[in-house]
Amino acid sequence: MKADLKKNPKRKDTADKNGKKGSWKKSLKRDKYLLLMMFPVMLYFLIFCYFPMTGLWMAFTQYNVGSGLKGLYFSDFVGFKWFSQFFQSVYLWRLLRNTFLLSFYSLIFGFPIPILFAVAVTQLKGKRVQKTIQVSTYLPYFISTVVVCGMINNFLSPSSGIINQLLNKIGIESINFMSLPQWFRAIYVISGSWQSFGFNSIIFVAAIMGISPDLYEAMEVDGANKRQVIWHLVLPSIKPTIILLLIMTLGSMMSVGFEKVYLLYNTAVYETADVIQTYVYRQGIMSNNYSYAAAVGLFNSVINFTIVFFANRLSRKVSDTAIW
Amino acid sequence: MFKKLRNKTIGDIIFDLIVYVFLFVAVVVCVYPFLYVVSVSVSSGEAVNKGLVTLLPVDLNFDAMKTVLNYKQLWVSYGNTIFYTITGTILNVFFTCLAAYPLSRKRFCLRRQFNFLLAFTMYFSGGLIPIYIVVTGLGLYNSRLSVILPVLISAYNVMICRSAFESISEELFEEAALEGANDIYIMGRIAVPLIKPTLAVLTLYYAVARYNDFFNAMLYISDKKLEPLQLFLRRILLEASTEIMQTTSIEMAAASQSTIQVRYVCIVVSVIPIMLVVPLVQKYLVEGTMLGAVKG
Repeated sequence: MKADLKKNPKRKDTADKNGKKGSWKKSLKRDKYLLLMMFPVMLYFLIFCYFPMTGLWMAFTQYNVGSGLKGLYFSDFVGFKWFSQFFQSVYLWRLLRNTFLLSFYSLIFGFPIPILFAVAVTQLKGKRVQKTIQVSTYLPYFISTVVVCGMINNFLSPSSGIINQLLNKIGIESINFMSLPQWFRAIYVISGSWQSFGFNSIIFVAAIMGISPDLYEAMEVDGANKRQVIWHLVLPSIKPTIILLLIMTLGSMMSVGFEKVYLLYNTAVYETADVIQTYVYRQGIMSNNYSYAAAVGLFNSVINFTIVFFANRLSRKVSDTAIW
Repeated sequence: MFKKLRNKTIGDIIFDLIVYVFLFVAVVVCVYPFLYVVSVSVSSGEAVNKGLVTLLPVDLNFDAMKTVLNYKQLWVSYGNTIFYTITGTILNVFFTCLAAYPLSRKRFCLRRQFNFLLAFTMYFSGGLIPIYIVVTGLGLYNSRLSVILPVLISAYNVMICRSAFESISEELFEEAALEGANDIYIMGRIAVPLIKPTLAVLTLYYAVARYNDFFNAMLYISDKKLEPLQLFLRRILLEASTEIMQTTSIEMAAASQSTIQVRYVCIVVSVIPIMLVVPLVQKYLVEGTMLGAVKG
């Protein structure tokens, strides 16, 4: 906050100077190469970000398939028809519930593990062992969603999957995990933290390594044991990092990854698996209800905007650092 | 006094034990699935079908491997992925620098306006449907550009790159400007070489994202000649396509390869590049996550 206050007035000053009439031409001329660099960049953002944003007008019109880019602006106006249709449908609550619960469980289950892992791995003395263990836990993070979902799907297969083979060995009958709605959330959340815990621990490991050795020594002189060191030194030292990351995770609460749900779900588990984004995809791309899908997507974007906005303000307040 | 010390050590031993068990489980959980997949893909089909493979290969046998490696579409899609990854990453990094450099120059007259336009795209997006209509409306459906262009610049990465440029001492720029160097020269010859470590991290992230990208290809590519590896993998792994099995002659099929084996071979083939690259660049990974966290 303080840093911001200090910076802002300065920025305004320079902007005012540049903004004075007459000096405009000068500064444009001086910055001509910078403007030249910005030109293709802005062209990209205009075409692929801002043009689609203004295209959201289609959520209030009757966009017809095949009307192309023109149809984004020049279709018949229908007002809030698509929104009221969505708000009255049974999908609204199901989608909100599924989207929220998948994020919520991922947070509850997935957030503490990297911290625990970071604390554990930094207890090891040998640097080499530490590195090897860390690298082996990063690997899943870099595997594509398609392969991860392919592995889940095949491991859980009732006939040839390793999980069910192991279950059979201990006398449990095969479970058809992928087509039972009660399993979807567990599969999604567990595989998600499997994939990311190692990678997410990097930042906590770095924070723990950053604690001054003097502090450790002081605690040892006082006769503290390892548990006390963790509880009274390590955890308090990485608290700011934990809070910042928690807020960042909260910011992405309602933007559940489309790809993974899409690749894992099937009609049998829509009840617990279908999220806003997959619904938008089915309605729009698969069933050609473009305007309706765009309206649902706009609804989702507005929710996301609100959440990110407040998460960012919260993080500014708590830690002097904006997420961006 | 002696008793106290003893108690402590017992407590510490239990503590160490818990730590070791926890770490052991973490490593096993991460490594075992891949080991299992490799083992299945080089075992005999018979052993796989009987469920004998649980950890190491049983009856070492490369038939399934051969079947998959002889399947032409695998190499077509692999080639496409290599093209998309290399071209895409180069363009990503180039345009990211091009965006970040002007935004890092304090004297730049439109700096605040452009910064706002950039940041706003991180808060709000037109969403799937309008973007889909724009991309297809531009005639990019079933063209290689449809995979490369829609994700050309990531605003988040631009901000990382921008703070790297900002951390360079201002005097360097002033000196160069006094000597008459223009911004393009300063950026290419002075600024970019100074932020190489940051660019290495960005290159890594962009490249992995390109290699793993599936979403854009699924939306815009239906022509098998243009499909990337991930689309091919989805057909084999998740849609239970038996296209590879159908190419094998009857005698090969009689050698009782299981479908699941073919799938696991595909996983192995596609994951190998990642497995080779990630351990090599691990020191950059640590830097990379720090970049994301310490920005103002």
